[in-house]
Order: sequence, then C-alpha cells, then structure tokens
Amino acid sequence: MKIVECKKVCKSFDKTDVLFDIDLSINVGEVVVVVGPSGSGKSTLLRCINVLEKITSGDLIVDGKSVIDPKTDIRHIRQEAGMVFQQFNLFPQLTALENVAFGPRKVRKLSKKDAHELAMDLLTKVGLAERAGHYPSQLSGGQQQRVAIARALAVKPKLMLFDEPTSALDPELKGEVLSVMRSLAEEGMTMIVVSHEMNFALNVGNRLIFMDEGRIIHDGSPRDLYDNPPTERLRDFLRNIQ
Amino acid sequence: MDFQFQFVLTTLPQLMQGVKLTIYITVYGLLGGIGLGMITGLALAYKIPILNLTGAVYVWIIRGTPIVVQAMFVYFALPLAMGVRMSGLQAAVLVLAINAGAYIAEIVRGAVLSINKGLVDAGLALGLSRIQVTAFVVGPLSFRRMIPPLGNQFIIGLKDTSLFIVIGVGELTRQGQEIMASSFRALEVWTAVALIYLVLTTVLALSLRWLERRMKIL
Repeated sequence: MKIVECKKVCKSFDKTDVLFDIDLSINVGEVVVVVGPSGSGKSTLLRCINVLEKITSGDLIVDGKSVIDPKTDIRHIRQEAGMVFQQFNLFPQLTALENVAFGPRKVRKLSKKDAHELAMDLLTKVGLAERAGHYPSQLSGGQQQRVAIARALAVKPKLMLFDEPTSALDPELKGEVLSVMRSLAEEGMTMIVVSHEMNFALNVGNRLIFMDEGRIIHDGSPRDLYDNPPTERLRDFLRNIQ
Repeated sequence: MDFQFQFVLTTLPQLMQGVKLTIYITVYGLLGGIGLGMITGLALAYKIPILNLTGAVYVWIIRGTPIVVQAMFVYFALPLAMGVRMSGLQAAVLVLAINAGAYIAEIVRGAVLSINKGLVDAGLALGLSRIQVTAFVVGPLSFRRMIPPLGNQFIIGLKDTSLFIVIGVGELTRQGQEIMASSFRALEVWTAVALIYLVLTTVLALSLRWLERRMKIL
C-alpha cells in the first residue's frame, strides 16, 4: 500500500529550481534513506511531503490525499507525517513532557491528564522518562532530538520524516538517536530519513535514494548501491562522506 | 542654600493631584498604545495586506514627529481642521496611546520576527493551524522577548506625560509649574517633582523586572 506518491513533482523558489520531475512511491513499512550532496533537494522533498513547502507543479499524494487538492485539509497530512528536524526545534518554554504532550493536546484535543500519560509513555520509550521535567536548554543535543522524536510520535503519525536528524550532533550523541530510530523501524514505522549515516542506511534501511541537483539518480537496495555504485557520481559521493 | 522641607510638605496635596492625573494618562495611554502596537506590529510582521501599509505609514508619521507637536496638533489644530473638540485630558491619553503605539508596534514586530522559524515549522508539522502556532508558540515566546523593550517604552511614556503641560493638563509637572509660579520656590518644587517621577519610574521598573523574572526570558 502506497503512503507517499510523487508524480512529476517540481519545486522552485523564485527563480531557483530545486526539484525536477520527481517520481517516487513509498509503501507502508518501508525505511527509505535519502542521500545526496547539499543543495540536491533532499530536505525540500521532505518539506514538500509535509506541505511545509508548496510544490510548484506535479502532484504529491500522502496517505491518499493530494497536497494540491483544495479539498484536502493540509493539517490532516501533517498529522499523518511526523517530522524531525536537524535543529530539533523543541519549544524552549515547555518541559520535555509538555513538548511531547503539546501535539496531542492542541491537535488531538486530549485532556491534559491523558496527554501527559501518553507523553510519559513516549519519553520512556526514547529512554528519557527521568528527564520529563527538564527544559530543552537543560538537555544535551541527543536528548533533545529524542524528545523531538517522541513529540512527533505523539500525534500518532503513519509516517515519520527525518531531516538530517543527527547532523547537528557530536559523534558520541548520534548513536542514541540512531538507536531510537532503529527500534522505531523495527516496530514497522514507515520512515523517510535524509541522512548520511551509511551504517544506518545499510543496517536499517531497505531502500536507498541518491539525489543530485534536484533529481533522483538512483533508487534501490542500500547494499547493492553501496557495494556496486552504478555511476561515478555515486561512487565519488560515497567516498567523500566516509 | 535655603531648602525648606516644610514647604515641600505643604505642596504635597497639590502635587498628588498631579500624580493622579499622570498615572491616569500613563495607564490609559499605554493600554491604548499596547492595543494599537500589537495590531500594527502583527500586521507588519505577518505582512497582512492593507493593514501592513497603513501600519507602516502610521509608524513613519508618529516616529517622525515630536510628541509635543502631536499634542498641540490634536488639541489645537484638530478642532479647527475637522471640528473634533476634546478635553486636555482626553487629548493627552489619545496622543500618548498613538505615540506609544507606534514604538510598541516596532517592538512587537521585532519580537515576532526574532522567533526561530524552525519552531513555527515544528508547530505546523504537528498539525497545528497557523493561528494556533501564533497563539501557542510565537505568542508566548515573543511576549517574553518584548518585556525588556516594553519596560523601556512604558518608562518613556510615563515621563512623556510631563509634555502635556503644553495643552494645560494638570499633571504632575503642570502642578509643579503652578506652585512655582505662586511661590517662586523653584528648588523645593523641582526637587520634589523630580523625586516623585523617580519613585513612579522605579516602581514601574521593579514590577517589570519582577514580571521578567517570573517569565524566565528565553
């Protein structure tokens, strides 16, 4: 069953073209890792799926709803596609628990008590139950990102989008975030991950997409693409990120 | 130097009349200014059509002309121009509101624009509407950032009420002027008046400091 379907998606900002004719289908349960040089359009593709950016042409269908259909409630798409950002973007005025409970309370209209119970369960799941009362400024980067994952999960999305979730973290802290993502994948969550963590792509991902200059150049099994890069371009890229 | 403390005490009842008016103008003027400033500031920050343009013109004119001239204009020129007549006190409140509103608009605009766009994205990505993001994310955060510059503006507003002496409003400075004119005791009068202003601004500054501490500026 398809959860994301891009049909000839183009996106440009003013005069700069960022995505060209992207055709892409993602099925429920897939863990897709997207790699590519900076400026290749990876993050923009994620942001288009979550409708944080409007596509310029083509069609993009998320959970059966087209982003260009005026009848679509964009907020519904966003609730089904949880997003994790490179810079965490936790709400600084709220504790870890309140950050996670925020979505359920405002969007799913849960009572404070139910939302806090749900938030506590999710914080336990990402290993941060004892930090529930801490503010983001009192947490390490890795902890903040785990809270951010819990916050995105709290609205019960069908799909999780990760936009370079470990790029702002020290090597030591990347591991704790990646292991949370790994267990999420093992539970069967559909995930699109923009990341250069090749180990994650090889061990957890079941699909690797290589983008360059706004186009999808390769789309296939991570192992195959990694072991036998079909083009010089991908080979150079993989060598450079090691 | 001959400083008659006893004289100061005799003038206090009259000065307190002035204090009452000064506080009245400050409170109502600034409340109006906050309202005007919030609307204008949000219109400017979110580029709301039409309001955005009128807001920019409003800020331009008010920031570009002295408050004394604005007071004279409202009190003396407006009745001639369009037959709008009001008391000195009404004019004072109106002018302070319009004047402070223009500066507060810029404070609001600056605070709203200073909020990290990533937090707006995070709110939207959770499925909140734009209005919810503004109310629950941008609002509380920018409000905290507004407190220090707003405090500054409140103190300026309080002191600017002394300029309404030019339209004959019996606020504190005017009362001082009148006592001086009949007693010629400039030293006592202006010392007392200055100290009273200092007490008022100190109380204002301390309450804002207290608010700031309670809100944990981020």
